[in-house]
Amino acid sequence: MKNITFQVDDFICPSCVQKIEKVMSTQPGVNEVKVLFNAAKVKIKFDETTGSPEEYEGILTKLGSDVLSKKIS
Amino acid sequence: MKWLSKGKLVSVTGVCIITALVFQFIHFTIMSDIIFWIATILAGYPIAKNAFQAITLKVISIELLVTVAVIGALFIGEYSESAAVTFLFILGSYLEHRTLEKTRSSLKSLLDLAPLEARIVKDGKEEIIAAEDVQEKDILFIHSGEKVPADGRVIDGEAHVNEAAITGESIPVQKKANDKVFSGTIIDNGYLKVEAQKVGEDTTFSKILQLVEEAQDTKAKTQKFIEKFATYYTPSILVLSIGVFIITRDIRLALTFLVISCPGALVISAPVSIVAGIGNGAKRGILIKGGEITERAAKLSIIAFDKTGTLTVGKPQVAAIKTIEITENELLAVSAKAESFSEHHLARAILDEAAKKGVASNEKPENFQVFKGMGVIASIDGNSWLIGNRKMMAHNQVKINDDIEQYVYNEEVRGRTAVMIANGQQLKGIISISDRIRPEAAETIRLLKKAGKKVIMLTGDNERTAATVAAEVGISDYFAGLLPEQKVAKIKELQASGLMVGMVGDGINDAPAIATADVGIAMGGAGTDAAMETADIILMADRMEKLPFTLNLAQATVRNMQQNMFFAVSIVILLLVGVLSKTVFLASGMLIHELSVLIVILNAIRLLKFKSTGRSPINTNTNVFVTIPNQK
Repeated sequence: MKNITFQVDDFICPSCVQKIEKVMSTQPGVNEVKVLFNAAKVKIKFDETTGSPEEYEGILTKLGSDVLSKKIS
Repeated sequence: MKWLSKGKLVSVTGVCIITALVFQFIHFTIMSDIIFWIATILAGYPIAKNAFQAITLKVISIELLVTVAVIGALFIGEYSESAAVTFLFILGSYLEHRTLEKTRSSLKSLLDLAPLEARIVKDGKEEIIAAEDVQEKDILFIHSGEKVPADGRVIDGEAHVNEAAITGESIPVQKKANDKVFSGTIIDNGYLKVEAQKVGEDTTFSKILQLVEEAQDTKAKTQKFIEKFATYYTPSILVLSIGVFIITRDIRLALTFLVISCPGALVISAPVSIVAGIGNGAKRGILIKGGEITERAAKLSIIAFDKTGTLTVGKPQVAAIKTIEITENELLAVSAKAESFSEHHLARAILDEAAKKGVASNEKPENFQVFKGMGVIASIDGNSWLIGNRKMMAHNQVKINDDIEQYVYNEEVRGRTAVMIANGQQLKGIISISDRIRPEAAETIRLLKKAGKKVIMLTGDNERTAATVAAEVGISDYFAGLLPEQKVAKIKELQASGLMVGMVGDGINDAPAIATADVGIAMGGAGTDAAMETADIILMADRMEKLPFTLNLAQATVRNMQQNMFFAVSIVILLLVGVLSKTVFLASGMLIHELSVLIVILNAIRLLKFKSTGRSPINTNTNVFVTIPNQK
């Protein structure tokens, strides 16, 4: 299990938070998703053997949140 | 979304719409229609793109609904409406982005205080490295005007340090050898050599940032309810829109529903207030751990204070020693030895005094036992020594004559704590320990009472000392001689009688009580991880007078949240009524919607400027240094 934190461009509408939570949790390898609306961060706990951070980043972009930086721990 | 180009896009579209309106005014309809089209496509493209991308992930987004509404409007020839809707949508999100940034500015300004570089000594040479590369045990040099790059202990030098990053207090604090310094604080003048103890994510500064970040996203109760409501809002509006279309065949009406289907103001109403409120506190060294705690703090009816270290300074000192057939130094030496394992603050006073008199030793006692709320028993050179209070002596049949009783009584009336020392059943002496009452305590209590709060004191100390301190600070209800679990029981009892209880302590000795209270408040949280973990509200500076402001801020935040929610709900009702009565159409629907979101955000921004009212200046004169800051 690994953690990745994406710092994204500010969220505007909190409904996008629910969207991201919903979509992300169905992605392969994702174990837990936490979206911090105010801090504009998306924290994902994922299994590095089945999930790929690049893919997650692509999905965030598709959902209209530009990724500014990411940190894997 | 690239916001820079977004700003440009907004202005270009705006100009288009104005031009089109001018053409419309001179009845050059074809030209105005063409320009409206251009504006719609310009502003609509990013919206449609977002909508399409979300669709590929099986998400029905607000952008999609707006896109459908706009295509519908073009279809029925409402070109000005379609242009206005797309323009207002991107203008709205642009402005919301800018204003939301402001509500989060507190955290950003805290982030800006993070240290960037460190001056360390490697192989006898000074070099500058990135602050995040500092390792534990590194020796750091910090000069005037520089930031402390890690938490650590001063080994050499002397300086005045501005600890605003941690405590919110800008008055510089004097630091010398053995003092603790914190990452993010700035040396005002002087020079320090520091041994790094906590680095990276473990520093107090990093912990504050994480805590505030998490807190701002901890939902308030009301918010959870609103969010549930919002989850159903969009789908129900959609169903309504389709239903209306089937029944009335009124395409304009159906499209308008789509435009107002985002519950923006509603969902954002609570979080923006919480962010602004918590942010305001964080800048002043007040950490409130989230929305729900803010709500509870606003409703507190009774505040319980611990005595030692909370109402008093918490630096107990030996004030007098009475001996019986033993010398003062012998008594001190044996007491210090017996207490050497003790965590108790009274033990610390005895150990300090022994060290001062030069009678401290490194010998450890055998069979050391702590009796909570009574004292300790330890064996020294085969003799059993008892150190503790009256309960301890009574429990072990130590004889106490009338003279001694009188002496203890007098000491306690003076607000001192009398610690009795006995060898077996023979009383050998009494060490009186006193602790200064905080200069700001009485005024703080007065303000709390003025705000309609009940105030009580809970202490493990004896009745008479408690009475003296309580009288001095203006607390009429106090409970003395309490064991930690009795403090907890007392709080539960108050809660059972329907009161919201706040407990103020130092967060270390009274962790159970702080955890039990509806709102646990720890003072002097800087550098004490335990306090930061157990308490709901942490006052980083060891300054009690921040307490009334903290409660005022919580109330102001809750008020702000209620205003926002009331406003947002009213707007939803207004929009629905307006749409159904056909007074609100596409453009006006979008306008009202975007405006309501902005107003909610702007209302929350007012909280950032919230300052306490009616605070009389409290003199806490601790050799104040007046320095002219060379930076804003």
